[in-house]
Amino acid sequence: MSALKPPPSGPVDPFAGLRVATRARIGLGRSGDALPTTALLDFQSAHGRARDAVHGVVDYPRIAELLRPLPSLVLRSRAPDRASYLRRPDWGRRLHADDLPALSALHGDYDLALVVADGLSAAAVNAHAAPLIAALLERIPNWKLAPVVLARQARVALGDEVGEALGARLVAVLVGERPGLSIADSLGIYLTWAPRLGRADSERNCISNIHADGLSYAQAADTLVWLMAEARQRRLTGVELKVDAAPALGEPARNDLCLE
Amino acid sequence: MAYHHDLGVQRHRYDDLKTLLACASPRRSGDELAGLAADSDERRMAARYALAELPLRTFLTEALIPYEDDEVTRLIVDRHEAAAFAPVAHLTVGGFRDWLLSYEATTEALSALAPGLTPEMVAAVSKLMRNQDLIAVAAKCRVVTAFRSTLGLPGRLACRLQPNHPTDDPLGIAASTLDGLLFGAGDAVIGLNPATDSVPDCIRLLEMFDALRQRFEIPTQSCVLAHVTTSLRAMERGAPLDLVFQSIAGSEGANRGFGIDLALLREAHAAALSLKRGTVGEHCMYFETGQGSALSANAHHGVDQQTMEVRAYAVAREFKPLLVNTVVGFIGPEYLYDAKQIIRAGLEDHCCGKLLGLPMGVDVCYTNHAEADQDDMDTLLVLLATAGVNFVIAVPGADDVMLSYQSLSYHDVVATRHLMRLRPAPEFEAWLARMGLLDERGRLPPPGADSRALRQLLALEGLPR
Repeated sequence: MSALKPPPSGPVDPFAGLRVATRARIGLGRSGDALPTTALLDFQSAHGRARDAVHGVVDYPRIAELLRPLPSLVLRSRAPDRASYLRRPDWGRRLHADDLPALSALHGDYDLALVVADGLSAAAVNAHAAPLIAALLERIPNWKLAPVVLARQARVALGDEVGEALGARLVAVLVGERPGLSIADSLGIYLTWAPRLGRADSERNCISNIHADGLSYAQAADTLVWLMAEARQRRLTGVELKVDAAPALGEPARNDLCLE
Repeated sequence: MAYHHDLGVQRHRYDDLKTLLACASPRRSGDELAGLAADSDERRMAARYALAELPLRTFLTEALIPYEDDEVTRLIVDRHEAAAFAPVAHLTVGGFRDWLLSYEATTEALSALAPGLTPEMVAAVSKLMRNQDLIAVAAKCRVVTAFRSTLGLPGRLACRLQPNHPTDDPLGIAASTLDGLLFGAGDAVIGLNPATDSVPDCIRLLEMFDALRQRFEIPTQSCVLAHVTTSLRAMERGAPLDLVFQSIAGSEGANRGFGIDLALLREAHAAALSLKRGTVGEHCMYFETGQGSALSANAHHGVDQQTMEVRAYAVAREFKPLLVNTVVGFIGPEYLYDAKQIIRAGLEDHCCGKLLGLPMGVDVCYTNHAEADQDDMDTLLVLLATAGVNFVIAVPGADDVMLSYQSLSYHDVVATRHLMRLRPAPEFEAWLARMGLLDERGRLPPPGADSRALRQLLALEGLPR
């Protein structure tokens, strides 16, 4: 990462031995009291990348193409645009009323419904959703899968309404996580048993930090399959599902931080 | 009781006091999300006229959240000091604003008044104040606290050094800490948000910070911002804990969402006091708050988010904290949409906290999905420094790599101290001088390659692994 370059001021970088231990922007040097120009531009470009990820648009036609022959359909939440979506999380958690009939028509006997939600990072969904689903499918050849829902302006809880309308026993929502400055394309997965409107976040299990420097598709898919098997056996997800034995859940998720 | 105001040809009606307060609030996304905000600017102004005419003592008889239902309300009512309130008891909310801005409202008068004010009175008057008023009134307040350093003295600006790391790697945390010390950060506290909230991890981190502090004889305090129950267990096991931290909110229900109540905070406060680790004072609690936390816990009782925030300060006040800060832009755009709302909220929280007698600091910050950037943080920092904020928070290069949000950079603290002629806490300033980090004018210039402090602090042997 360019922010870790030593400051240009001296021949010897006094922070050299410490940089290996953190990706924090330590030892940036000073121009007077301010950031040196390179450090300033590095920061602003990282912020620009994060904002582009938040405000970007997912290329769902392309993802649908990549998923074939798996069937999929594109649906909208109740948030009409990005600005409303950011202000009104409640709208992003509900399906657009006009889109519900198309979904209900697909009601069936499904082990699993997959929902792809743009969340807060279009970049994450564009990069990782299709390959992650491919990795998952290899591992669950005998599962009855509902058509994949590709949802615009959507948050995690939208999966509750989708899963209920489809009649699926489990719903896994793949969602673009809130971008940080170092990683703007991190994908998360939220798994919910017996999805229905009004499920609490404590009734879900989360796999976080799926990106090039985080969990790989294989790791994430292994963990998801493990969680799904546990969920099916115990007929629940959430805090009561002991995840201590899970293969990899990503970096520890914080209670007070909403990554969706 | 309902309230009315005629504006133009229209009569505006507000069903009760909390509706009036919500409608009088400056527009913000959290109140819109809750369905509490005025639906037009004119209705908002009619509410402000009505609020301006409201006797201040109304808040002593009309509870926004019933006394029987909520222990925060009970705390507010039971702790109110009528004698302290007497000088302003005859005023309306509008008259109270005029008085706060008057030359009569001196530092001493405001200090004496604080125990006579309730959060609701303070929130109400702030809704009639412009940003300039919030700055001017806050600048007259002085709240001094102490543990190993003395904070809140005039002409000083302190800083929490926040050396967060995504996996709590000891060397990584030490790296961010040492970087900050070289900028003169850390006089308010060296305070880490741990990645995992477990008792053994908390103890390990507390021991690491304590060893670092003793090794360099730094006159400051450290804090691992774990849950209060984790801190209690750590103290039971003899950990070197300086400050007990907890996130708090303005209703019993919202605090339950944080897994706390007043009794638990009392237990932790007593335990930390008994350790007697402070050298120049015994303020040993640290609280964080933020507008929107009550709504996000679905425990706001139909009260606007700024009033709920100020009610959290009544909880803080009970425990004589060393530090309180609002994490103003952290919660996201559904509560504070853009820089205009974040800046306004930061100034409100600071002013209201100070009026209630709290040692207020601010985490000047934003997330990547809010309409804000570092330019806006520059603006808010200068405004808060002008308002006499006790402390701000800084991280390396303004980038918190654990919580994925942007705060201030260590650079910003140095720049603002120099620009506005503000100094670190006196004990810490003396330490910086001993380390050779200050020049003859008391400034902290960039350390040269031959800097003694650089060599000493960054010597790798003895650093935690």
